[in-house]
Amino acid sequence: MIELASLSNLTAQALGTFVPAILSDATSNGIPASIAAPELRWAGLILLLPVISAVLCGLCAAMRVKSKLPGLITAVSLVASFGLTLWLFLSLSNADGPVAARTVHLFDWITLSWEPTHQHAATRWTSVTAPFALYIDSLTLLWMLFVTGLGSLIAIYATEYMESDVGKGYARFFGCVSIFLFAMGALVMGGNLILLYLGWEGVGLASYLLVGYYYTKPSAVDAAKKAFIMNRIGDAGLALGIFLIWVNYGSLEYSALFEAMQGAGADGASASWTREAIPYLIMLGAFGKSAQFPLFTWLPDAMEGPTPVSALIHAATMVTAGVYLIARLYPLFELHPHALETVAWIGCFTALLAATIGMAQYDIKRVFAYSTVSQLGYMFLGLGVGTSFGAVYHVFTHAFFKALLFLCCGAIMHGMAGQLDLRKMSGLRNVKGFGIISWTFLVGCLCLAAFPFSSGYFSKDAIIGQAFASDNPNFNFLGWVAVLTAGLTSYYAFRVWFRVCGGPTKYEAGDEVHSDADEAHDDDHGHGHAPAATTHHAAEHWHPHGPRIAINAVLLVICAGALLAAVPAYNAMSGGSNWVQRMVAHSSAFEGAQLHDAHGAEHAHHALSFTGIQDVHTATSVVASVFGMAGLLIALYLHLLNRSAADHLRNGLLSNSLTRWLPIAMENKWYVDEIYHWTFRVPLWALAHVSHFADKNLIDGVVVNGVARLPMDLARLFQPLYNGVLQGYAATMAGGLALILAWVFWIWMQGV
Amino acid sequence: MIDAIMNSSHVLVLATDSASDRSSINMALLLSAILFTCGLIGFLSRRNMIIMFLCTELMFQASALALIAFGKVHHDVSGEVFVIFILTVAAAEAALALGLIVLLYRRRETLDSEAWSELKEA
Repeated sequence: MIELASLSNLTAQALGTFVPAILSDATSNGIPASIAAPELRWAGLILLLPVISAVLCGLCAAMRVKSKLPGLITAVSLVASFGLTLWLFLSLSNADGPVAARTVHLFDWITLSWEPTHQHAATRWTSVTAPFALYIDSLTLLWMLFVTGLGSLIAIYATEYMESDVGKGYARFFGCVSIFLFAMGALVMGGNLILLYLGWEGVGLASYLLVGYYYTKPSAVDAAKKAFIMNRIGDAGLALGIFLIWVNYGSLEYSALFEAMQGAGADGASASWTREAIPYLIMLGAFGKSAQFPLFTWLPDAMEGPTPVSALIHAATMVTAGVYLIARLYPLFELHPHALETVAWIGCFTALLAATIGMAQYDIKRVFAYSTVSQLGYMFLGLGVGTSFGAVYHVFTHAFFKALLFLCCGAIMHGMAGQLDLRKMSGLRNVKGFGIISWTFLVGCLCLAAFPFSSGYFSKDAIIGQAFASDNPNFNFLGWVAVLTAGLTSYYAFRVWFRVCGGPTKYEAGDEVHSDADEAHDDDHGHGHAPAATTHHAAEHWHPHGPRIAINAVLLVICAGALLAAVPAYNAMSGGSNWVQRMVAHSSAFEGAQLHDAHGAEHAHHALSFTGIQDVHTATSVVASVFGMAGLLIALYLHLLNRSAADHLRNGLLSNSLTRWLPIAMENKWYVDEIYHWTFRVPLWALAHVSHFADKNLIDGVVVNGVARLPMDLARLFQPLYNGVLQGYAATMAGGLALILAWVFWIWMQGV
Repeated sequence: MIDAIMNSSHVLVLATDSASDRSSINMALLLSAILFTCGLIGFLSRRNMIIMFLCTELMFQASALALIAFGKVHHDVSGEVFVIFILTVAAAEAALALGLIVLLYRRRETLDSEAWSELKEA
């Protein structure tokens, strides 16, 4: 314990004592003013390249191209896009100075203005402008680097992974990936909230299309609809939030908005409910997109999509959009401390809930899906307790190691004919061709479990340490929950690894076995398609096959990325500065001074003082490591050394009537889906049927048909008058005429 | 009655006279009313379709005559212009109606309108 403490002391310097130095060279409010930079117009190409790629993929689909051309087009354009991002980053970052925010106006998009009216004095603003402009600051660059970088790598991976669909859905797949990359770019680089919203909806669309990629499979279609609808609930909140931001601050462009918000923070007087509601509405949007507590159930179901999609969209990039949104609007959230506290509570609760569910799942992709939800919870906890650096750093490291984990799952699924059940695979590390998968998988698990001195360790401790450093006792409590969750994380990550890669070699094929002849020369797997006819012959001669060069190379590169993501923290330990922290500090996500007066480095007495360690970040590292190691050791015992003990434990829990509920509830995902089913779906379904009944009988039956029947029945009443005698009709007309004349005459006589 | 007709034709001839006396207008209107009543009575009392058609023509012309009289009162030629239109339309309508009557006659070998009373509703 003492040795560990002295090791971690170095970490503390990296994480704890850095901020005051930053404060001195940042501007007083932390947000540098933006500079118009028309010379950077070429940065628009970063967005344009995926659009061109999407159009070309569409053409390929229309012309029924039967080759890997669409994958090649996408990979090339995304790599070019990444190259441009890197160039942009290098050209903007100088030796040690801050990256000043730059706005690049590409073209006018929405320009509305109107005359002020005297009747409506309340409408103070007379214009809405949303040009298609880029806002490039260090937060944007950080995000774009890993979005385009991982996007290119995963596109390369997918060229091999999706090859069974060449000529069928191949072009559609890569077209959707290109659309996603454009939308994500617009979301991150857009200079105003409308452009962000465009990207926000665009990534939602791409996610929908890709989750439902296997559209002949009912479960995939349901998952796609679920993802889209649950996101829509969040998006409604975001849209309302954007409206209210305009109503209160009069602009939607970041540069103008941040100025207005700092003014608002200064006067602080005109706090109306519309202003108070903004962060909560924005939060709803962020929670929908990033799968946080009330709206998280779509993400595990979204694993129905092809695995590269799970890695790119549902682990590394799109689901971090909510974190980006709050980090980008951090000045807004800092005006509302209670909103930030809500973010912290929800994030922490989600982290714990999802971790407990992940512990009990058998489908390895689902384990990591719940893990993603849980890690996103950490990011929101970080934002909530006031360390946007910790949150962004965790986004950054998580993007690499979670993409790696998913790509490993995908490679296993690819090689094992769709097998994902961790009970049916064991000892894959000894299977020919699975070596690289197994060891890169281990690296991913180590980072996820926050094993000491891995990248996940530094980023997670930055968040938990800040929770303990806070004076707020609630945050200290959340810190303890987060530490416990770190232990659970370690357990479920290694549960998967020990089960799948460790132990004696034993495996069963999944349900996508094709004939042996097919296997030999052509990896013809229809992942996710209707199960192929599994003949006895094929099952007997089936053998797993390792991935080829594209998948292995991408796994190694991302594995290197996951390891290298720790470098900024090492750099900080050796007296330099953390690159990510520097990037965050010079963007709008910079934590304002009011949140940092409670910084733990100066506090002699903090929530973890009982450990006898002065510095709160060191103490956090030690405590979290202890929990993490405990989780790892439990997983080691239950899932590698003595696997029957795991079953005994489960049976023991089930046989005891007091603890029975626990494994059942965890395996059934705490019945959240069922609760939603009974509280929302069933009442809505009933309401729909009542409405349908009312529509058929009341609206159609009584009102519409009733009105139509009235003249008909009246006509029946007078029908006998129409006896078919022409003179009778004429006499009636003449009589009527005579009556009218008599009436007119009578009126006339009255007048005289 | 003859006198009234003579008077009204006088009015028609001297339509340009701006200082026309009220009684001649009244005479024209009276003639119009009489013509209309004749037509109406004929229409109600006769069953021969040709006679009935002629009676409708009579009512038609009665209204045309009234329009001319009003045009005269208001020193406005549109009344007369309107009558020209009515005459044109009535000519076309007469051709149509007589053709119809011929067709109806061929069907039932009679001109009695009663023969078609089963065209009543329901």
